[in-house]
Amino acid sequence: MINKFMTASVLALTLAACGGKEAPKTTNQASDAQQTTYMRDQIKIVGSSTVYPFATTVAENFGRTTKFKTPIVESTGSGGGLKLFCSGLGANHPDITNASRRIKASEVGRCADNGIDDIVEVKVGYDGIVLANSRKSPQLELGLRDVFLALAKKVPDGNGGLQANPYKTWNDVNVSLPKVNIEVMGPPPTSGTRDAFVELAMEGGCKTFPWVKAMKKTDKPAYKELCHTIREDGAFVEAGENDNLIVQKLNANPSAFGIFGFSFLDQNADSVQGSIVDGKAPTFENISNDSYPVSRSLYFYVKKDNVSKVPGITEYLAEFMSDKASGEDGYLAEKGLIPMNDVEHAKWKTSALGLEALTLKH
Amino acid sequence: MTEYALTTSPSLKRRHAKEARFKWCGRIAIMIALGFLVLMFSAIIFRGMGAFQQTKISLEVTFSELIIDPSSARDPQELARANYKPVLTAALAKTFPNVTDRNGKKRLYKLLSSGAVFEMGKLVSDNPDLIGTSQTIWLSASSEVDLFMKGKIDASLDENLRRLSDADIAYIKTLKSGGMIKKKFNTAFFTNGDSREPEMAGILGAALGSFFSLLVCFGIAFPLGIMTAVYLEEYARKSKLTDLIEVNINNLAAVPSIVFGLLGLSIFLGVFHIPRSTPLVGGMVLALMTLPTIIIAARASLRSVPHSIRQAAYGLGASKTQTTFHHVVPLAMPGMLTGTILGMAQALGETAPLLMIGMVAFIVDIPHGVTDAATSLPVQIFLWADSPEKGFVERTSAAIIVLLMFLILMNLLAVFLRKKLERRW
Repeated sequence: MINKFMTASVLALTLAACGGKEAPKTTNQASDAQQTTYMRDQIKIVGSSTVYPFATTVAENFGRTTKFKTPIVESTGSGGGLKLFCSGLGANHPDITNASRRIKASEVGRCADNGIDDIVEVKVGYDGIVLANSRKSPQLELGLRDVFLALAKKVPDGNGGLQANPYKTWNDVNVSLPKVNIEVMGPPPTSGTRDAFVELAMEGGCKTFPWVKAMKKTDKPAYKELCHTIREDGAFVEAGENDNLIVQKLNANPSAFGIFGFSFLDQNADSVQGSIVDGKAPTFENISNDSYPVSRSLYFYVKKDNVSKVPGITEYLAEFMSDKASGEDGYLAEKGLIPMNDVEHAKWKTSALGLEALTLKH
Repeated sequence: MTEYALTTSPSLKRRHAKEARFKWCGRIAIMIALGFLVLMFSAIIFRGMGAFQQTKISLEVTFSELIIDPSSARDPQELARANYKPVLTAALAKTFPNVTDRNGKKRLYKLLSSGAVFEMGKLVSDNPDLIGTSQTIWLSASSEVDLFMKGKIDASLDENLRRLSDADIAYIKTLKSGGMIKKKFNTAFFTNGDSREPEMAGILGAALGSFFSLLVCFGIAFPLGIMTAVYLEEYARKSKLTDLIEVNINNLAAVPSIVFGLLGLSIFLGVFHIPRSTPLVGGMVLALMTLPTIIIAARASLRSVPHSIRQAAYGLGASKTQTTFHHVVPLAMPGMLTGTILGMAQALGETAPLLMIGMVAFIVDIPHGVTDAATSLPVQIFLWADSPEKGFVERTSAAIIVLLMFLILMNLLAVFLRKKLERRW
């Protein structure tokens, strides 16, 4: 009975699908006569929520200034985007995926399994991850070790062993810091920002203990567990993927800190301030010259096969890599992207426009 | 007689007190609920009202043919994409003749929205006769200027901490004294699709996406739901199987909506290859979600039709089908429609199932049919709430106001139908 019901509804749905498909074609035919030769007439983009604000800005400008339709951009997270991207060729799979980290060898393998052999890698620029608090409180000067000690689940006990994190206030971590309870809001584990924060800030601080650094070679899993696990006793609060919410909470609670991308600090500089890490403030200049320690590169990946099958991909690449977009004075810099310097930008621009396929060094 | 003097026994007094206490508890509960409602609504309205106004800057623009249409072809598509930046910088230079340095000119241009060139494009492609003339037109100001005009940028802060410099504010003051900067009704909010620039972003795309999704949802869920209800209620014999179906339908009504999204992802996208991100697939998923609600409401309203009606029809020689479709279903229709509208209102507010099928996406183009990529109203709210630009804060609340209006309208329609058409037996 249930089966019958399901078949009936599915039949009705497919009928509806066929009926629906006819309608819009007639309206669009006049404007776009050449579209019939393409497998799809609109670029589809998925991927990282960090790259999303930049990709959407480029997509919008591209849609408004060319004859092509505006690309659809979905924010699925870096990992989710690469999974969709590598799941196959054809109209139902995205043409481009954004990533706030580099593609992994395993993902390239997955792509190859599904017939996607040629991937074009494009570097967009940099992003800094900031540890910020309200302007009502003093700005902190932290070392990476302080960040690790404040947020790790287990910390060295000073006798070569480990102990559950005993630190309650920043002052316990480092006597030069104020006597304020450790209270940090950050993104959940599904977020690329969290991955990058853990890898750059936590592991960076963790490595400052020589014996832990030595452990990396001898016992990598234990090293990773120690350096990558964030405490769960309430000092670190998972605040969801909504960075705006974190900014609002920081305003309401001046003693709390939040972890988010530089673009949110840039847009809210009137109410929150980024902490100085290892002597470097999270400023545009410090992130772009790579002296601020918690920064990462942003990328997107293009299926080379689709370039001839979906109209506008080369033009989209040209728009993204143009000086007026991702260049040093481009409109993406206004949205909070840290652009590459001219030399690096020119290099990536050439490789993107030449559709050079990615080769991972093993 | 006098023995029965009205002395109040202590127990009666206690019982009265208890009753009064209970009444007050009820009143307080309602007051608290209403208080929260008022708080929520006023917070949203207070925050969102600003978005219905947009700061505009008046400029005297010379539509030079040499810049806009050097070939004189007057092709509307080319006109829409022509380079209007020099036209606008020239107009700004005319308004601010003493700003001559390159940096100052750049700053002046930033007062305008980056979408101002597209507004010009639309204006000229709609009225090609403007070319060669000089007109005073109102163009959108940038989001920062808009926020400043609405008092949301604190000019007393240190210059580095705000997104407008002292020079920018001086320019705005000059414009203000000349009456060349004003807050006007924000039509773009109702006629545009999504945008990364708060001042250019509108909800039409999302509203139409919701409309098309609901259309598909209604087209599938209503007939299927009514048929199922009629069959189960009027025709099916009571057996273990129908019991099982009933239990399942009731269970489905309580399944979290994200599950339907996953189902849609694997069946509609995976097996049937219906295009991702379209209202078609969105509507299908929402239909699966609302189906149980509609079936349950329709069955309840069929059950409320008195048996005497059926027996009278049989008595006059009507067949089962005639009885059902000539008498029972029409009488039950108001209840069925009410249930359907409430189900649709619920579907209108859903985001979770749409997440899985790609409708949570940045889509600028306004959809023209069920197979064009689209988002929906709640998704638009979610996306704007997540944007770093401050200008989106008020737009998020404004979109919530619009969504609430639609929900209230749909619920009012349901109440109206119930009051107007329902028969009391």
